[in-house]
Amino acid sequence: MSDRLLRVENLHVSYGKAEVLHGISLAMKPGSIVAVIGANGAGKTTMLNAIMGLIPSRGSIEYDGAPVPRSIEARVAAGLCLVPEKRELFSSMSVEDNIMLGGFLRSPSERAEIQADVYQRFPRLAERRKQLAGTLSGGERQMLALARALMSKPRLLLLDEPSLGLAPKIVIDILNIVAELRNTGVSILLVEQNARAALEIADEGYLVELGEVRKSGPAAELAVDPALMEGYLGRNA
Amino acid sequence: MDFTIAAFLIQDGLTSGAIYALLGLALVLVFSVTRVIFIPQGEFVAYGAMTLSLLDSGKFPATATLLLVFGVLAFLLDLWDNRARLNAPVLLRNVGLNLVLPGVIYTLALVLAPMQAGPFVKALLTIVIIAPMGLYIYRIAYKPLADASVLVLLIVSVGVHLAMMGLGLVFFGAEGLRARPLSTGSFSLGFLPISAQSLWIYGSTIAIIVGLYLFFEKTLLGKALRATAVNRLGARLVGVRTQLTGVTAFVLAATVGAISGILIGPITTIYYDTGFIIGLKGFVAAIIGGLASFPITAIAAIGVGIVESFTSFYASAFKEIIVFSLIIPVLIWLSITVSVHEDE
Repeated sequence: MSDRLLRVENLHVSYGKAEVLHGISLAMKPGSIVAVIGANGAGKTTMLNAIMGLIPSRGSIEYDGAPVPRSIEARVAAGLCLVPEKRELFSSMSVEDNIMLGGFLRSPSERAEIQADVYQRFPRLAERRKQLAGTLSGGERQMLALARALMSKPRLLLLDEPSLGLAPKIVIDILNIVAELRNTGVSILLVEQNARAALEIADEGYLVELGEVRKSGPAAELAVDPALMEGYLGRNA
Repeated sequence: MDFTIAAFLIQDGLTSGAIYALLGLALVLVFSVTRVIFIPQGEFVAYGAMTLSLLDSGKFPATATLLLVFGVLAFLLDLWDNRARLNAPVLLRNVGLNLVLPGVIYTLALVLAPMQAGPFVKALLTIVIIAPMGLYIYRIAYKPLADASVLVLLIVSVGVHLAMMGLGLVFFGAEGLRARPLSTGSFSLGFLPISAQSLWIYGSTIAIIVGLYLFFEKTLLGKALRATAVNRLGARLVGVRTQLTGVTAFVLAATVGAISGILIGPITTIYYDTGFIIGLKGFVAAIIGGLASFPITAIAAIGVGIVESFTSFYASAFKEIIVFSLIIPVLIWLSITVSVHEDE
């Protein structure tokens, strides 16, 4: 065990000749929520994709005190799990099948156990288990994406804009679920445009602008930072 | 035309339609999971039929040698790929899968071929020889290009098809071969004689369709294949390896191809290049099914078979033209109705 579950050092990512991440560094303690905030196009999604191994990157990514495994599958098996911005559900398959596939790398007995747990956490999904994922509402889809991710028994969840396109009331629900997950020992790297809501549940925060970390520190401090308030939180915070 | 002729033609059409259905289903399966338009599917059929007829005459099937060659190629490629991290488990797996497996099958063929075993043993041996070819062909030709565009994969398919057809000529020669039926004899349904072989064809086709349905609906691996077809990124994010689904799809396709060959071998003479034209007819059905729908593909394949049998009666010179023209209205229809298709 390491005192840092995730340690990203000097991460560079380029699309063709254009470099979009210019040496991002970030560290997370086990059992914490770290919020990454920043404007559209700052490179937040790119950073998550690089940590998950979806795109090539330079620099070092250490997970649990060792270099992160090479393939995406090995990362999933090691407890890393990405819930992407577009959810990437299996829309023409049932809610139940989506959830079951989330535990693809787990043993059948483990799968049954986690599944019972997941349905308890998301009773709405239990009601709709025979329904096709593509017919769910936006909030339910995000819940399904979270549920599918939990099925892999993650230790570190990478959440990309979980509130995107959802009604304010549902955003609160989703973020409450995220905060609850931390209490079960899952660490969460949360990328959000909704900076205020993200910093509210986070332990630490990073502000990313134009592919670089501009500010970092305890979430409570960032939430009252005057410069941040101006740009991301709205004046009357 | 009287009713008798029509009944004969329909029976004939159903028989070939069932074979086309198997081909079409394999094409849809491979395409939806891997985005490969698998032109060489017909070669598996020809290889299957020719393997069975060689076994019938007590000869050693050249396909077993071919399997060994494919295995060695796959072994060398795996060795090269893993050159940086060559540890015992990796090496052991490579040797087992690519050398020991084809070696065992080769030996089995060597022992069983001269024994003139029963038709079912021969059919089973044929499947055992052909099915792993799906694995090696995927490994050799497609795995290095798993993320390539549909067009690149199609070009690779053309190459694999030409290579497999050429190898067929080398190993089997230009002579046509005909296998013995699984069971001889026939009975009549009213005035219509029905051969036992055609019953085998109907039965096997239905059994394979039911089997595929159960595999995709009831097993986790089957669901993972469907998930890959629906959303490749989503599937990778839950830990489904592209290679696992690719290999599974190709082995299933090769198995279905071998079975098609076993079924069709006894009713028509198969040459080294027959596979292509049979494959294209399965392809017509798969296109009508939008390369996505299994049920529409199966029904369309029966339609292709029946249209083919009627046109060969009325306008035999135009038989192929009419059959292949079937896809033109479908393509026009699809181009009007389907606006955006997944284009990676």
